Amino acid sequence: MSQIETFYDVMRRQGITRRSFMKYCSLTAAALGLGPAYVPKIAEAMETKPRTPVIWVHGLECTCCSESFIRSAHPLAKDVVLSMISLDYDDTLMAAAGKQAEAALQDTIEKYKGNYILAVEGNPPLNEDGMFCIVGGKPFVEQLRHAAKDAKAIISWGACASYGCVQAAKPNPTRATPVHKVITDKPIIKVPGCPPIAEVMTGVITYMLTFDRLPELDRQGRPAMFYGQRIHDKCYRRPHFDAGQFVEHWDDENARKGYCLYKMGCKGPTTYNACSTIRWNEGTSFPIQSGHGCIGCSEDGFWDQGSFYNRVTDLTQFGVEANADKIGLTAAGVVGGGVALHAAVSALKTAQRKSQKTKTKDAASKSKEEV
Amino acid sequence: MSHHTLPRPGASVFVYEWPVRLWHWANALFILVLIVSGWFIARPLPTMQIGEATHQFVMGYIRFAHFAAGQLLTVGFLGRIYWAFVGNHHARQAFYLPLWQKSWWRDVLHEARWYAFLESRPGIHVGHNPLAQIAMFLFMVVGMTFMIVTGFALYAEGAQRGSLPDQLFGWLHDALGNSQLMHSLHHLGMYFVVIFMTAHIYLAIREDIMSRQTMVSTMINGYRSFKDDDAA
Repeated sequence: MSQIETFYDVMRRQGITRRSFMKYCSLTAAALGLGPAYVPKIAEAMETKPRTPVIWVHGLECTCCSESFIRSAHPLAKDVVLSMISLDYDDTLMAAAGKQAEAALQDTIEKYKGNYILAVEGNPPLNEDGMFCIVGGKPFVEQLRHAAKDAKAIISWGACASYGCVQAAKPNPTRATPVHKVITDKPIIKVPGCPPIAEVMTGVITYMLTFDRLPELDRQGRPAMFYGQRIHDKCYRRPHFDAGQFVEHWDDENARKGYCLYKMGCKGPTTYNACSTIRWNEGTSFPIQSGHGCIGCSEDGFWDQGSFYNRVTDLTQFGVEANADKIGLTAAGVVGGGVALHAAVSALKTAQRKSQKTKTKDAASKSKEEV
Repeated sequence: MSHHTLPRPGASVFVYEWPVRLWHWANALFILVLIVSGWFIARPLPTMQIGEATHQFVMGYIRFAHFAAGQLLTVGFLGRIYWAFVGNHHARQAFYLPLWQKSWWRDVLHEARWYAFLESRPGIHVGHNPLAQIAMFLFMVVGMTFMIVTGFALYAEGAQRGSLPDQLFGWLHDALGNSQLMHSLHHLGMYFVVIFMTAHIYLAIREDIMSRQTMVSTMINGYRSFKDDDAA
């Protein structure tokens, strides 16, 4: 494979017609929120640019990102994997195994030095020299550093790679560490979520291929077009929130009517993701639509933010299970009680001093009389 | 403020200029609105069926009250900071702690002993007593700054990316990492304010009765009167 094929070549080779190809380009443009003017641009890019090699490595993770990715509908994951990218190494999806697989990784790194995208699913544990996650007989952190050295850019798939997720939850015994804290000298794009939405994953890849640059990122390094708003901002139950109409119990009439799940601990107001717009499984539904609050899986440290079913959540910083209200009410109660006690003592003391004064006056006048 | 120029018994000294007094009472009102509305944002009222969701805006009005009072409080606080520069020296007292003055520390100890019933006579103070000064600084200057900053960071989420609140305060979320934690801290801050209010109102009334100078009326007419009948 001395000459890398373009996307278009591969698609035509697979029997995709020019018409289907153009359709695909418009769909992709729409999925990325781009205007019709971008359709020819995408088409041109796909006709002229060589496919971008992608290395996809797996650290501590559950493969839910991969599971989500292969369910992408717009664009179809098959299009992305077979036509758009050249997925040269992915130990979960590739046919090769063992030594062959490791050889493919090495080949890709050497052949496309500085030109490939490194997609990381999961994160490296750093305790015990990284021995909690072994890939190909070596700690994963070594494979990650090795593959990252010559990468053009890195995609951090999911909450694991972006923030650490459950394996980094307190007390984090393996010292699972998000990718950006291990690799500090490469552009990193975070695509958090547990897992991220399929269309978001393929959308990010498509954008990078089409425009040959990272999409606009927010301050945390997430693509702004998908993580620029909270679930709450675009939630179809938002009118019920503003009206003050809430589900009070899981099985009440309000739950059946589809009222806001805020009181059931929905983390929509504190979670940045595209679930309420793109939704899941070809736009079929998302957690809130199916009657359960958002658990905030695309937020940093969401496992350590207390219960999924409270808005005023436990503060683990205080060692015991206590939320802001318990701590606050206790403190306010102590101060209030102290004030009442202090007032009582103040009144007693004043009364005492007064009675002493009158006594001494009385005594003085008595002694005068006697004299 | 301390003992160098003791006022004559029965004398009145002008302490709080009108902007300080206006700020005090407006601030008290805003804080009350913020506490009540904030409580119902964290723990909303029971569901109401006044009409269709389109015609009902209960949570919306509560949030509006909270945001409006918060913005007014911020403007008031900025105005108060301005007045600390241009007003009389009493207007500056809450904004710093003279930790380097030995006499101030002596007064702190004396005032603490007075509150602990170990001194039979309170000190005499034209402005804040030193303990009150510490409380004002910690709760009003530091505490309120904390509430304003975290409040605007939370407001930035609703105002959305690229908005002015987001550009000014949005980075705090990224520094802290999680918006839910920001909510918890802002909520805890409310109790900080409640604790201050409890102590502040109690002590103002107590000192009005038991100390050697007026308290409550001073914040209304601006004059501190000294009520000693014996020599100070």
